[in-house]
Amino acid sequence: MAQAEDVQQDPVAERLRAWDPQAVAEVLEFRGERTLVVPRTHLRRAAELLKAAPELSFNFLSDISCIDRFPVEPRFELNYHLLSISRRAVIRLRVRAHGADPVVPSVTEVWPGANWHEREVFDLFGVRFEGHPNLQRILMPEDWEGYPLRKDYPVEGYR
Amino acid sequence: MATLTPTNVETVIGQAKTMVLNMGPQHPSTHGVLRVVLELDGETIVRAVPDIGYLHTGIEKSCEAKTYSQAITLTDRLDYLAPLSNNLCYCLAVEKLLNLEVPKRAQYIRVLLTELTRVASHLVWIGTHAIDLGAMSVFLYCFREREEAMKIFEFVSGQRMMTSYFRIGGLALEPPTGWMQRVDRFVKMMPARMDEYENLLTRNRIWLGRLKGIGAINAEDAIANGMSGPTLRSTGVDYDVRKYFPYSSYEEFEFNVPTRTEGDCYARYLLRVAEVKESLKIIRQAMDKIPPSGPIRTDAPGIVPPVRERMKTEMESLIYHFKIFTEGFSPPPGEVYQRIESPRGELGFFVASDGSPKPYRVKVRAPSFANLSALPKLCEGRMIADLIACIGTIDIVLGEVDR
Repeated sequence: MAQAEDVQQDPVAERLRAWDPQAVAEVLEFRGERTLVVPRTHLRRAAELLKAAPELSFNFLSDISCIDRFPVEPRFELNYHLLSISRRAVIRLRVRAHGADPVVPSVTEVWPGANWHEREVFDLFGVRFEGHPNLQRILMPEDWEGYPLRKDYPVEGYR
Repeated sequence: MATLTPTNVETVIGQAKTMVLNMGPQHPSTHGVLRVVLELDGETIVRAVPDIGYLHTGIEKSCEAKTYSQAITLTDRLDYLAPLSNNLCYCLAVEKLLNLEVPKRAQYIRVLLTELTRVASHLVWIGTHAIDLGAMSVFLYCFREREEAMKIFEFVSGQRMMTSYFRIGGLALEPPTGWMQRVDRFVKMMPARMDEYENLLTRNRIWLGRLKGIGAINAEDAIANGMSGPTLRSTGVDYDVRKYFPYSSYEEFEFNVPTRTEGDCYARYLLRVAEVKESLKIIRQAMDKIPPSGPIRTDAPGIVPPVRERMKTEMESLIYHFKIFTEGFSPPPGEVYQRIESPRGELGFFVASDGSPKPYRVKVRAPSFANLSALPKLCEGRMIADLIACIGTIDIVLGEVDR
């Protein structure tokens, strides 16, 4: 989908691959921004490593953004924007989830700030986060039906 | 909707139940429509659960149904105290997607106006926070000065608040003659006025009593919770996007990033006052840097609307104009994340393109959203009255929290 270039060498990806060769599936670059595509099974451990390893120290989670690629499968694409304050470095993690069972491990225990971001993604896209302490709707009313930011949800809503 | 059930607590006279109190969404000191469910033991907060979403208007979804240029008007409505910061961040994101370079003159004008926005936003903050804590006169003074900044915005863009003045590739209009004199008057007036507020507040005993040592957080917790802006800098971390990842030529400006180490409400107050002074410094530098004439938009046919005069003589310009306003332009497929330092912290726009004239996805990383999520950390174990100070000093704008 994206016209992003495939990058062979990336220090962060190398570090993750040294831990587990399967940890990084792809390294993409677009407009100077690096994206590491991580399999969803590896997300939780990769997050811990990215935060804890002193030469990486991605201690600040800016944001979690979800994109719905409907009807392409896997339709959900979660983008974690990480920042290392001590190293002044940024990286984006990307995890994909299938529409049939959109479950992704939660990173709330790694970055407590992920709590609300994950709730928002759950609220608007219906992606569930395994291990989240309080996975409830946050912006929409709790009795709302459907997930409004999905692409198969009309902009005007259902009337 | 957040709910809490009372639990048993030990008191002086034995066992008792805690009380659950609902605060908001119409409470005047919650700055908009924030609801906080409180579990109280006497007047002490045992648990606090912020409940947001009362102002959710689906801005991100609406952006997907608009062209890239049309979506700018929606970004004004996010952080309504700093509309120009939102405009800037969104435009920078789309420009990154398109690989567009903006003329220096437009970049400096952008810097000047966003710093003016920061001053105006901090003035509202000082004023409303003072009124929350019972100091009525500061509120009136701050709004008087803020109105001067608003008049400049109106003079330049035609609107006080919903400016939409920054456009993809530059600015909407050439700033009118005489705008610089107005900015100059404002910059000359402000230092004395800031001293006035400081005289009223900084060493005021009530002010100190209400803020000092209240709502303290340490650097580690603040970073872990994704806090940014003055709230993070009050803990000693000097993370400021303008210094860390300069955008719009900020690297050419000289300014300091004030930090404190206490991490409490009073530190956040002192920081915002110091930031206003730094912003005034940047504005002064920008006034010297802005050339009196020059292009305010890049020359990018098909993306940036052509100059009116050329449309009357050149057929291509007329065609481009027609195409831009009927179908828009199509950036290459890809995703970018652009961060800027808004008055409240790291504001981010994640814009994804699928190669069509409408953004495939626009995600706003609202600084208030992340800052607010740490509210329980700030106020649990403290008095209800302190909660007002905590909500105030993290400076939330519900427009961007709920989007």
